[in-house]
Amino acid sequence: MSEKFDVIVVGAGPAGNAAAYTLARAGLSVLQIERGEYPGSKNVQGAILYADALERLIPDFRESAPLERHIVEQRMWVLDEESYIGGHYRSAEFARPPHNRYTIVRARFDKWFSDQVQKAGALLLCETTVKALLRDAQGKVIGVEVERDEGRIYADAVVLADGANSLVATRAGLREDIRAEHAALAVKEVIFLPREAIDARFNLTGQEGAVIEMVGGITHRMLGTGFLYTNKDSISIGIGCMLSDLKRQRLSPVELLEGMKAHPAIAPLIAGGEPREYAAHLIPEGGYDALPQLYGDGWMLVGDSAGFVNAMHREGSNLAMTTGQLAAETLIELFRDKQPATAANLARYRSRLDASFVMKDLKKYRRLPGTLERHRQFLADYPALLNQAAHTMIRVDGVDKRRKEKEILDAFRERRSLLGLLGDAFRLWRATR
Amino acid sequence: MTPTVQAQIEKKLYLNRYRVDAGRPHIRIKDADVCASRCEAQQCVVCCPAGCWSSESGRVSLITDGCLECGTCRIICDQFNNVDWDYPRGGFGILYKFG
Repeated sequence: MSEKFDVIVVGAGPAGNAAAYTLARAGLSVLQIERGEYPGSKNVQGAILYADALERLIPDFRESAPLERHIVEQRMWVLDEESYIGGHYRSAEFARPPHNRYTIVRARFDKWFSDQVQKAGALLLCETTVKALLRDAQGKVIGVEVERDEGRIYADAVVLADGANSLVATRAGLREDIRAEHAALAVKEVIFLPREAIDARFNLTGQEGAVIEMVGGITHRMLGTGFLYTNKDSISIGIGCMLSDLKRQRLSPVELLEGMKAHPAIAPLIAGGEPREYAAHLIPEGGYDALPQLYGDGWMLVGDSAGFVNAMHREGSNLAMTTGQLAAETLIELFRDKQPATAANLARYRSRLDASFVMKDLKKYRRLPGTLERHRQFLADYPALLNQAAHTMIRVDGVDKRRKEKEILDAFRERRSLLGLLGDAFRLWRATR
Repeated sequence: MTPTVQAQIEKKLYLNRYRVDAGRPHIRIKDADVCASRCEAQQCVVCCPAGCWSSESGRVSLITDGCLECGTCRIICDQFNNVDWDYPRGGFGILYKFG
């Protein structure tokens, strides 16, 4: 194969699909290369689909996309060993269309998304791994080399949507490799249960769904979170921790997952279920300060390969779609104006990113990864203190309430000191403002 | 790693679909002596979610058949950088039904 396309997109996840779809719709010739047997076969996510990002690409996606349940209830749990304290938000408004968020099963969803990309006119090449980028004498990226005979394919621009490991970009020296303190490893199981059991256990009817996001004891003082999402007839349950922590703590991710599943607040929700798949994936959670150079002569990074993840809000696939779309729109504008995809011209991608929620949100939380990394009390001490406080206050045992209040305050002061508490409040405010 | 953890992992991997590229492992240890004589932590053995790595009397060995292609071993081997990591050839490796 020695063909020439306007644009080559590497990867068929949300970022690659959003880019390829947008480019093909504008009439550009697009080749999309995917290493899996089918799009989705290598992809892993919780998974929540945030409608907004997809709606901007495919406004009527709800008519044909394989969606599991629309989310009417969001639970936030802070767990201790045997308990949790938390908040639930449920609203009838979330039950009214158009729905804002859905649970999805990525293998099915990605296949559908890829069908839309191909219908829009992009050519998809599956079962093909990109080995390297092709460059001209000046270093401009002019195509890719794939692991097939005579596997050189040329294009005016290459959009790299090759995921969290981003081997293609890293090997080409376009970015540094992701570091252990910027990568979370998430492991996940899909556990099948009868639909009625899920409805009853989570107080749901029809297509309604619930999600639980969790922090605290389940991560054994490591920086990480757990999740439980309801699909139609299955539950996705998983836990993720920073690789640097896993390395230090010498804990197997499977132990974490099994520990979480055995928690007395979680076990009944999945009891009797049949696990049907076990998955693992990295999430680039370094945030704003870990972002690499995002574009250069003939190339752009989108989605996870650039590290576009808002760890605080558990958003990633929407940032992937939006960055894929913004990269595509930048290229479409250049092609329209007959401008080459030079680094100088692709700087418009950065401007588009800066003007979008993507960079604004990443900037807002830029201090958060470092703050949580340096100040372990947020994940180690506070979950236990909050749970103890609730326990002390709620348990009726003849002790008067003023004494209970004092017990709680003493516990906080003993663990963190008064100055420590004030400092923590300030740190949290500064890290999230 | 305790046998129970390994047994738990094996039970989980049994649920998954793979197309194994027989005889062509996509991950290799660059220099086995580095693992044996210089690396004390051998964190790959503990952290791999698929239990691909094991250690017996200090020697680390690797079987990639159950690999989930996450990249953990590649990234946590940051002291000796002793993992030669690639994706499987196109179409091979893990095939997620749900993902």
